[in-house]
Amino acid sequence: MTSAIAVTAAGLQVLGVAAAAPLVVGGMRQVRARCEGRAGGGVAQPWRDLRKQLRKQSLRPAGTTAVFRLAAPLLAGSALLIAAAAPLISTGSPLDSTADLFAIVGILFLGTVALALAGLDTGTAFGGMGASRELTVTALVEPTILLAIFALSIPAGSANLATIVTATTHHPSHVVTPGALLALVALVIVILAETGRLPVDNPSTHLELTMMHEAMILEYAGARLALVEWASGMRLTVLLALLANLFLPWGIAGPHPGVAALVLGAGALAGKVAILAGIVAAAEVFVAKLRLFRVPELLAGSFLLAVLAVTAASFLTPVSG
Amino acid sequence: MSTATYTELLDLAAGGLLLTAVLIVWRRELAAMARLLTVQGLALATIPLLEGARTHDPALVGVGGAVLLLRGVVLPALLTRASRADGEPRRESTPLLNTSASLLAAAALTMIAFALSRPLLALDRGSPATQAAPTGLAVVLIAVFVMVTRRRALSQAMGFLMLDNGIAAVAFLITAGVPVIVELGASLDILFAVIILGVLTGRLRRTFGETDLDLLRELHE
Repeated sequence: MTSAIAVTAAGLQVLGVAAAAPLVVGGMRQVRARCEGRAGGGVAQPWRDLRKQLRKQSLRPAGTTAVFRLAAPLLAGSALLIAAAAPLISTGSPLDSTADLFAIVGILFLGTVALALAGLDTGTAFGGMGASRELTVTALVEPTILLAIFALSIPAGSANLATIVTATTHHPSHVVTPGALLALVALVIVILAETGRLPVDNPSTHLELTMMHEAMILEYAGARLALVEWASGMRLTVLLALLANLFLPWGIAGPHPGVAALVLGAGALAGKVAILAGIVAAAEVFVAKLRLFRVPELLAGSFLLAVLAVTAASFLTPVSG
Repeated sequence: MSTATYTELLDLAAGGLLLTAVLIVWRRELAAMARLLTVQGLALATIPLLEGARTHDPALVGVGGAVLLLRGVVLPALLTRASRADGEPRRESTPLLNTSASLLAAAALTMIAFALSRPLLALDRGSPATQAAPTGLAVVLIAVFVMVTRRRALSQAMGFLMLDNGIAAVAFLITAGVPVIVELGASLDILFAVIILGVLTGRLRRTFGETDLDLLRELHE
């Protein structure tokens, strides 16, 4: 029973995320630049960068295999698939029945693993180092994301993301329970780690001793590099949008929305993501990158918060109805 | 105050207690730990204040005010002052267990606390305060853990204060109010204990130039 409007909503989500991702990245750079007293390159600079890279020759390092070639499309495809399935603008995505918590997290990490394998495939020292670091982080991030969203799913009684979001719309008080607040903190930390922001990874340097994400994609050039960067932006956008909708779902359109509700949902989502991205960028000005061996401490801490969130949600939530 | 609001605020206070306990395990700067203890004292004081506001019990509100003053202001200030003293290192030296392992241990202790207090919860299914009591027990267990694994005298004193916060939280949550005189007695004990520990730390430092208690193993003339 997929209606045309539901398909439209999903298409709108995909197009919106695809178009807005570079703008989100550009906006975050711009906020950071202004906070540091620089003029900045403008919000649309990442789009201009992508256009420039698309015109350049796409080199393939000697000795790399299909893993290297397929990683970039896989990363972008997984991000687009999440954008289509997750409840971003409307809760009634046609893929909704398959898109529960475990599927979404699985698809998300499919992209991560593809990129890490590509880093290994190049056979360079930096690629391998970046992949090893990225997987160290991922191994701690994945259980934390699962546990944190699981804590949110306890009051809703379902692991389906759309059901969780709908339940929060109906019972706004779910957001201020200890379980939800602990899950919020844990999710913020792991989303920053997964998208390679400070304090886990510094997105704006190529300093060889500390980089993770940049080390894996060092061998990419031209159109493939453009694809990888665009996909990274989309992952950041989707995760921020998901975070916004899990905790502040107001404005999201229902499963069978009208055109006005869709416009409202898209506007609300754009506003929420812009505000979240602005907050993250402004906060990054004040944090330094953690030393690499202290990153597992931070992630173990967020894992602990997620465990506490599940504990609190299952014990403190009064059993009702 | 409606029951729903009361339950939410109570759960938030209990969650705050647990969260600050975990963050104290996480952080190693003594000043940051003292700040977290302030927040924990505030969260603890919220519990009797809420209960007092709901039942219109002035005695309970008075106890809440006393707890707020003592555990939210005076004791953390004393600890901060001791941690700023000359020669005292700013941060805890490496704990006996590294931070990641400590955090995982704290997670396990919390689970144990919730599992152990199941019979306690069965006593009164309807009361949100009783349902939140395991958080107090978890804070007690985490505090004992902090006292065991930290090396500096001051951070052990902070663990001791946290232990007492946990005990008080369990008392407030289960009995909905301790007699004023009992609470007063316990709080005075804590105040004196912290003052004495502060003085003792200062003397330790002057005598040995170090407050790492692990080094105090042998007797000297």
